[in-house]
Amino acid sequence: MSRLAAALQDLRALDSLALRETALARRDPRAKLAVTLCFIVTVLSFGRYQVAALLPLALFPAVLSAQAQVPGRVLRRTLWLASPFALMVGLANPWFDRTPMLALGGIELGAGWVSFGSILLRVTLTVSATVVLLGSTGMHALCVGLSRLGVPRVFTAQLLFLQRYVHVLAEEALRISTAHRLRAAPGRRLPLSLYASLMGQLLLRAFDRAARVHQAMLARGFDGELRIVEDWRWQRADTLFVGLWCGYFALARAVDLPLALGRLITNVWA
Amino acid sequence: MHMADALLSPGTGVLMWVASCAVMSVAARRVQQRADDRMMPLMGMLGAFVFAAQMVNFSIPGTGSSGHLGGGLLLAILLGPHAAFVVVASVLTVQALFFADGGLLALGANMFNLGVLPCYLAYPLVYRPLAGRSPGPRRAAFATLLAAVLALQLGALAVVLQTVASGISSLPASAFLGLMLPIHLAIGVVEGLATAALVGFLRRARPELLDISASGMAADRRQLLLPLTLAAALTGGVLSWFASTQPDGLEWSVARVAGTALPAAPSQELHAALDGVQQRLAWLPDYALAAAAAPEPAQEHAAPAAWPEVNAVTTVAGLVGGAATFALVMLIGLFLRRRRARH
Amino acid sequence: MPAIDIRALVHAYADGTQALRGVDLRVDVGEVVAIVGANGAGKSTLLKHLNGLLLAASGSVRIEGIPLTRARLPDVRRRVGYVFQDADDQLFMPTVQDDVAFGPMNLGLAASEVRARVAEALAAVGASHLALRAPYRLSGGEKRAVAIAGVLAMAPSILVLDEPSTGLDPAGRRRLIELLGRLPQTRLVATHDLGLVLQLCPRALVLHEGRVVADGAPARLFADAELLRRCQLESPYEGLKPARSRCAS
Repeated sequence: MSRLAAALQDLRALDSLALRETALARRDPRAKLAVTLCFIVTVLSFGRYQVAALLPLALFPAVLSAQAQVPGRVLRRTLWLASPFALMVGLANPWFDRTPMLALGGIELGAGWVSFGSILLRVTLTVSATVVLLGSTGMHALCVGLSRLGVPRVFTAQLLFLQRYVHVLAEEALRISTAHRLRAAPGRRLPLSLYASLMGQLLLRAFDRAARVHQAMLARGFDGELRIVEDWRWQRADTLFVGLWCGYFALARAVDLPLALGRLITNVWA
Repeated sequence: MHMADALLSPGTGVLMWVASCAVMSVAARRVQQRADDRMMPLMGMLGAFVFAAQMVNFSIPGTGSSGHLGGGLLLAILLGPHAAFVVVASVLTVQALFFADGGLLALGANMFNLGVLPCYLAYPLVYRPLAGRSPGPRRAAFATLLAAVLALQLGALAVVLQTVASGISSLPASAFLGLMLPIHLAIGVVEGLATAALVGFLRRARPELLDISASGMAADRRQLLLPLTLAAALTGGVLSWFASTQPDGLEWSVARVAGTALPAAPSQELHAALDGVQQRLAWLPDYALAAAAAPEPAQEHAAPAAWPEVNAVTTVAGLVGGAATFALVMLIGLFLRRRRARH
Repeated sequence: MPAIDIRALVHAYADGTQALRGVDLRVDVGEVVAIVGANGAGKSTLLKHLNGLLLAASGSVRIEGIPLTRARLPDVRRRVGYVFQDADDQLFMPTVQDDVAFGPMNLGLAASEVRARVAEALAAVGASHLALRAPYRLSGGEKRAVAIAGVLAMAPSILVLDEPSTGLDPAGRRRLIELLGRLPQTRLVATHDLGLVLQLCPRALVLHEGRVVADGAPARLFADAELLRRCQLESPYEGLKPARSRCAS
């Protein structure tokens, strides 16, 4: 299934990014998590009809993705895949909300279009922030950061194991579906009965593999508690990182920067 | 369907996060208390299975279209509600981080809609009572189907409530529900079929694997009380929020559905009371502004009154400023990249 | 004191299959011993008794004098490093570094000591450059090397390897044989790879239907055609006649 293969590729691409040695990778994962969440909350706190005012916030993903060397290709691909649901629902806005809001030349733009534009911008900003967060952090660091923030170890251990074995199982699923496609009549989808036995086999293999992994864990002294190496200590650079960015977000939220800039420019012109 | 950041307001998003975190701490503790060290690798592996299975489609008997497994109910049947919730939450987290499916703020809402609802409502209240200890294939399939349909209907309802409570989308609740519920009915049937098929296969091939959840459901009802109460309280909270911000919308859709209009006097008192609560709870002034100014669905669209006057000068300045900001941000980003590339 | 001392070991699976019907085995410190036999002869079952993955129903197992009981499992597991047949089952952490650190972390060592052990173990298997890789990006041979490193990091005195050359290409296999030859621990290798046995192990045990039927120098054992036939094994010296084309030319 090409969807599966594509998903596998995406997982691997982002995963390998996090291993690069950048200044951003050295930041404490808690700092990055905090700033990203603050960013998302700020973006979403804008009024539904505000579009331009959101733009200064784009500085955050722009700067960070440059610092983390996230390739534009990865960013674009994730944006392309992101939130079709939000966009579909957003498209309803121009339909339902027709109050004229902007008049430009002779054209009247309904408020619904403005709020749709706002939704588009929100999607772009929140998605790029998420990608950058991951691109610069990696699952291990993230889990360390999360446990230090009080997230239960059961959950962080689950994230680590999930991320490790998703590749193995997705590959097995890919092999199974390819083997089926090679023998099935062209274009025929998997009927439910066949699905049950093929995916059922995969499920059984998952159970068996889990039992073997369990034995391997026991063989190396596992006693029920997963201990992971924690390499990060909060530094002054982290406090600076959080302070500066959150300060910028607060500024962008409080003051409509593009409007101010625009006024400045038009006044200079006039 | 996954809830998305772009449709959420911070208030609703944070509320759902609080709900999901509360349930997570209960679930994690219960899993820990089982003291079964097989669970760690098993949960991870089954999470990986669900993740992979979500991308394998099968054709739905009778129709021409295809569907895939969601996995919440399957996990609950295999692992019990607590472990299943942790696994669902982890799959959603990976999807949010790697595939931007939904988003980080919406993750809380998604954990609730796709985790709490199937694991703590549909599974114990529908599947378990109907299926019993060791059901025959037909009874198991029926219980699974019903539980799946309920889980997805509740999930759809939750998404609609969260969207409307946020006030970013202009889609009126009734229209939204009218779209979501039937779609999720179909999705629920698909989910039920896939889950029943897999559980049936497992029961024939290795029935002892199905006992893992049974061993974890020791003091069933009492253990579920806490997460259920939390879920109910917070769902109620969201509902009242919704009612307070869209009183006429709710009234309108209820009237539409029930065929009668709500009596005027009690609803006005309700609105006044809820309005007072909402004013006090309002997170940000703009939020209240946006929500209060949301146009009413069935009536004439009145121009939003509380907005600053839209005059030509502000509009031009706004557009110029917007363009300039955009250009600035792009330039800074490109400059930084070039600098990195050179070093 | 022998490193491994097994007396009259019997094991039956839950469905009644007799896997081991009374095995005696004594391995001295520093020995390299191969365990060969057909599939189902009991090799894996025997190996699993060495680190307590299976506990003896009847008979006794002693590792460096310590009787293998549930109470002494942690002691035994510190001394016996087990390398599984499928490296993917053994490399269960997100990166190589994390995985090799798993064992030392469970031993309760300090973070600096853990880091030192990880570096040492990876260097011993020639995989230092793989420290930050994710397991799915490793080749079969690399996975095997990292799995061995993960076990070495616990500083065991005995190594048990289950079919270590499975799935390796010739170069990987060569590197494995060289690595295993360099290590100082007592080594027990269950394998079908008789070539590896000849190159690496001065002593081999032949298992057949749960019993040890031969124990001695591999060269002598593999020359015994009758023994090989009875145990459903094939001589590494035979079967090397190139296939002849059947096309009418």
